[in-house]
Amino acid sequence: MSRTPGDLSRRRLLMGGAALSAGTLLAACTSNAEPKTSDAGQTKTGSGDNAAPGKTVTIGFSAPSADHGWIRAITDNAKKQAALYSDVKFTQVDAGKDAPAQVAALQTLIQQKPDAIVLLPQDGAQLTAAGKAAMQAGIPVINLDREFSDAGASRLLIKGDNYGMGYAAGLYIGNKLKGKSDAVIAEIAGIDSLPLTQDRSKGFKDALATFNLRVTNRVAAQFTVQSGQDVTANLLQAASKIDAIWNHDDDQGVGVLAAIKQASRKEFFMVGGAGSLDVMEHIKAGDTPLEATVTYPPSMASSAIALARLIAQGKGLSDLVELQVPKQIVLASETITKENVDKYLPLGFRS
Amino acid sequence: MTEPGNAVAEAGGTPPHTTTAPADARPPRPGKARGGWWGGDASEPVRRNLGLVGVLVLLYLIGVFSRPDIFASGARLWSNELTVLTQAASIGVITIGMTFVMISGGIDLSVGALLALASVWSTTVATQSYGPGVMIFTALAVGTVAGAVNGILIAYGRMVPFIATMALMVAARGLSQKISGKLTQISKVDTINKIAETKVLGIPLLVIIFGAVAAAGWILLNRTTFGRRTVAIGGNPEAARLAGINLRRHQVLLYALSGLCCGIAAIMVTSLSNAGSSDHGNLYELQAIAAAIIGGTSLAGGRGTIVGSVLGVLVFTQITNLFIVNNLQLEFQLIAQGAIIVGAVLIQQFRVAALRRPAPPGA
Repeated sequence: MSRTPGDLSRRRLLMGGAALSAGTLLAACTSNAEPKTSDAGQTKTGSGDNAAPGKTVTIGFSAPSADHGWIRAITDNAKKQAALYSDVKFTQVDAGKDAPAQVAALQTLIQQKPDAIVLLPQDGAQLTAAGKAAMQAGIPVINLDREFSDAGASRLLIKGDNYGMGYAAGLYIGNKLKGKSDAVIAEIAGIDSLPLTQDRSKGFKDALATFNLRVTNRVAAQFTVQSGQDVTANLLQAASKIDAIWNHDDDQGVGVLAAIKQASRKEFFMVGGAGSLDVMEHIKAGDTPLEATVTYPPSMASSAIALARLIAQGKGLSDLVELQVPKQIVLASETITKENVDKYLPLGFRS
Repeated sequence: MTEPGNAVAEAGGTPPHTTTAPADARPPRPGKARGGWWGGDASEPVRRNLGLVGVLVLLYLIGVFSRPDIFASGARLWSNELTVLTQAASIGVITIGMTFVMISGGIDLSVGALLALASVWSTTVATQSYGPGVMIFTALAVGTVAGAVNGILIAYGRMVPFIATMALMVAARGLSQKISGKLTQISKVDTINKIAETKVLGIPLLVIIFGAVAAAGWILLNRTTFGRRTVAIGGNPEAARLAGINLRRHQVLLYALSGLCCGIAAIMVTSLSNAGSSDHGNLYELQAIAAAIIGGTSLAGGRGTIVGSVLGVLVFTQITNLFIVNNLQLEFQLIAQGAIIVGAVLIQQFRVAALRRPAPPGA
């Protein structure tokens, strides 16, 4: 070796210094601090008798956690809504990776004897027995969104309307393409094996049928940004001219919009699904083919906590004549366009 | 190019058969190889790659038959195939890294998770504020360092590659979820988003990068000491060590190389989807291994080509494209992919079995 030790150590020192500063830079890059956005619209307490603090109740909560804006918004909203009440104690149990894990988590929750349980199941059918067990232990169960296979397993079902969401998207597109019988209409679905995807697609198909229109191209993504980009890039090759696209899910929509931009296509208009903040901002700005989105609001988690409190305290809904909270609430899917987007912006969730 | 490495692979890799069927001999031995050069072992990768080209031609013919408006029209075919190549770029780059690791007898299950980690780390609010240069540096550095961690666990911690990289597969995915808070980190940096839209002389930049990485990989594997050592280690690690190869250092370098490929792919995916996400690269490890295997890379090590891996990736991406342009459902596509993997591996098995039999007299 021709180098002197002195050379070597200086070189090592330099290398070490470079590595160290690179490491420091990398460490500095993990921060995600963002200006806090107000989400005043996603939680709410009423006024009147029901708002007044009552008996202190414990509400148990379990929902899957996934890398998905909507799912995350569900848990965030539930937590924040519970924090608004001075008479609610909030206990969350992790739903684990799959339905059996959530069943196990629920058993420990039942042991703690909360006054009510709000449950978004990993899978409605597989969690039905666990819901029943809680009800038999005298704990009212509020079944959130994914429905049990037996109505007796819950005190209240509050869910979004997947069929109605597809129907609303179909109505919007149908009204704009009325009479154009050869219209090319593409559908970008989410995970195809989920019942919710099938419901959405059925609603979309049924609504289009009333205008004598049909889906000409259908692809399914995975509710992820990357899969949205991938299927859309190929979809745009499949049809050289498209009139309208409905994308089921605004989270994967980030990738869908990227693929549209990369292909520089703008001959069509697009409708989204769910109602994320990002999508609402695009609708407001009008900078993409995205014209509208049909909602599937994660604020249902906030409502579920509010209703769980009333049920646990034995109160009813003050505007209804009945003394108790109803057994089933299905949220309407609303259509957000440029005209009404300002009203909905506070409800938008970050994807 | 060093012959010693090659010789080690030969001598150590398949000792009983060296005389009848040398594993990696380039020049065919006159009169020895069964059926001349074409039937001999040296041309095996070439024949396999021609087989894959045949599959691609078959896929093209199916395209012409099912969608003549796309596959039989010049302009639309060009646009469609550029899309296929663009969508193949990220998984293609990862498969090239995976090919090196597999040739050395290892496996890297962490590639999808490392891609996610690199994409998330490079798209945090803080990183984005430093601009595109730092974003690219971050993605490459995170990938390389995490890959080197794999290598250190395997080489110095003496862990089985399957276990070590599986640990990183889980941990890196977890860390990326922790950093992103399970949110999609939308990239607001135009330079990064524009990478996927840029074309040079009509060819998308991502395709050019993919081509450049493939070319660099080919040179590294076939024309450098590093490449010959990789083959030698895969053929017989003990013989390679006795021949003077620093086994541990080489393993760290190999996994760091795979990690670097994950970093490059992370920039590609971030640019394509205009976002970083802990969901990126989902199941990429399986796709990359599958593509390398149908491209002729042996899970046992010592065998594999870059051209084969690239063709393997293209076959899978072309199938996806073919199913979508024909408006068919995803299920069929998964079944077709499975069938191709089984077919390719069966061919490999039969070939190995044929090698074990003595050459028929006069063949």
